[in-house]
Amino acid sequence: MKNKNLISITDFTKEEQLHVLDVAEGFEQNPQQRILQDKVVATLFFEPSTRTRLSFESAANRLGARIIGFSDASNSSVTKGETLKDTILMVSNYADLIVMRHPKEGSSRYASQVAHVPVINAGDGANQHPTQCLLDLYSIRKTQGRLDNLNIAFVGDLKYGRTVHSLTQALCNFNCTFHLVSPTELKLPSYVKQTIKDRNLEYRQYTDLAEVIPFADIIYMTRVQRERFADLMEYERVKNAYILNQAMLKGCKDSMKILHPLPRVNEIATDVDDTPYAYYFQQAKNGVYVRQALMALILGAKA
Amino acid sequence: MAKTELIVSALENGTVIDHIASNEVFRVLQLLNLDKSQDTVYMGSNLDSKKLGKKGIIKVSNRFFAPEEINKIALASPNATIIEIRNFEVVSKTKVALPEEIKGIVKCMNPNCITNHEVIETAFTVVPHSESVKLKCRFCEKFTTKENMAFK
Ligand SMILES: [Zn+2]
Repeated sequence: MKNKNLISITDFTKEEQLHVLDVAEGFEQNPQQRILQDKVVATLFFEPSTRTRLSFESAANRLGARIIGFSDASNSSVTKGETLKDTILMVSNYADLIVMRHPKEGSSRYASQVAHVPVINAGDGANQHPTQCLLDLYSIRKTQGRLDNLNIAFVGDLKYGRTVHSLTQALCNFNCTFHLVSPTELKLPSYVKQTIKDRNLEYRQYTDLAEVIPFADIIYMTRVQRERFADLMEYERVKNAYILNQAMLKGCKDSMKILHPLPRVNEIATDVDDTPYAYYFQQAKNGVYVRQALMALILGAKA
Repeated sequence: MAKTELIVSALENGTVIDHIASNEVFRVLQLLNLDKSQDTVYMGSNLDSKKLGKKGIIKVSNRFFAPEEINKIALASPNATIIEIRNFEVVSKTKVALPEEIKGIVKCMNPNCITNHEVIETAFTVVPHSESVKLKCRFCEKFTTKENMAFK
């Protein structure tokens, strides 16, 4: 995996993805491993995303790497008018690895073509966010003991939610069954459903969240945003149907876990937080181990 | 058949591009840069065709095209046929076929794609087995189809 870019989850084979998860387990056991002391990691956030940036920077710090970069292009030295190409060329002179987030789709792929050093995509517009996908896989494997043959329920905005699209693609390697719970306006796009069909796997669509609770191994919640609706009456009608609360969890599997890419707004009621099913904060924590593993592997350091 | 030959004179040597969608003749000329060439070019549009109802045709004297040069016209006109003429004889007749990848030529239809904001040569993989032309952007991974295709 040395010197590989990670732009889309599909850039890594199933075996490579599993290897990242294995190495991440080692970092969960022993997070402080200063194996990148001679390396500089650049975190280029052309749009702010504090949560993702802190997770990457925490991971780099625990590995002993030094960090350069910016957290918001508008108040950084990346002046208006400089092309992305020039910024990337400049930074690849200064850093051994680039982590970047950018509001335009395809920007990370382009940067990886221009840069002399590997690039990790930390989100390119509505397109890809592959480290989120890997930490989701890590969280599922850790809580269920496996990735194969699980009943995965995705809930909420399945149309625009890029995390759902990537995770679906990744889980297609593991013979899972997909339960898609969404308002009619926010169904999973047909090209993602086609990927499921191409692998001869099964999906079922629902509008009622209660239906999937008895058999789901994982309930992956996403936020239903008002601005996604053409018809605001429709939003008002459905908005409360996709809010999970403690009372609804009666009768769920003991081993069931609830995931969420965070930040949550109100789609998971706070009374769920204290149940054994809530896993979203631990999920975010797992992101640091997964990012440590990725940086170590891409920079060729032995964990 | 006889009718087209009446309208456009026979070629001694060169290439005939037949069965072009009638409204795409000018696009095909542009894609092959024939609008800027020194070659003798004959063209016709709205000719009667058994296959297409109406069709366009282009004849280029003393010019032969490599497949990778000419196959991109399938973007505009997937039913076109390429006929090579030597000494007034048809020596080959092939249907255009889309290449596996398209570089440049087409714009990505996604307004938020980086290729629409920086000077970048677009790159697409052609989605195989789809009913009409469907291109997947190498950068933003969105699909550009025949309906929303714009040329650079
Ligand atoms: Zn694009």
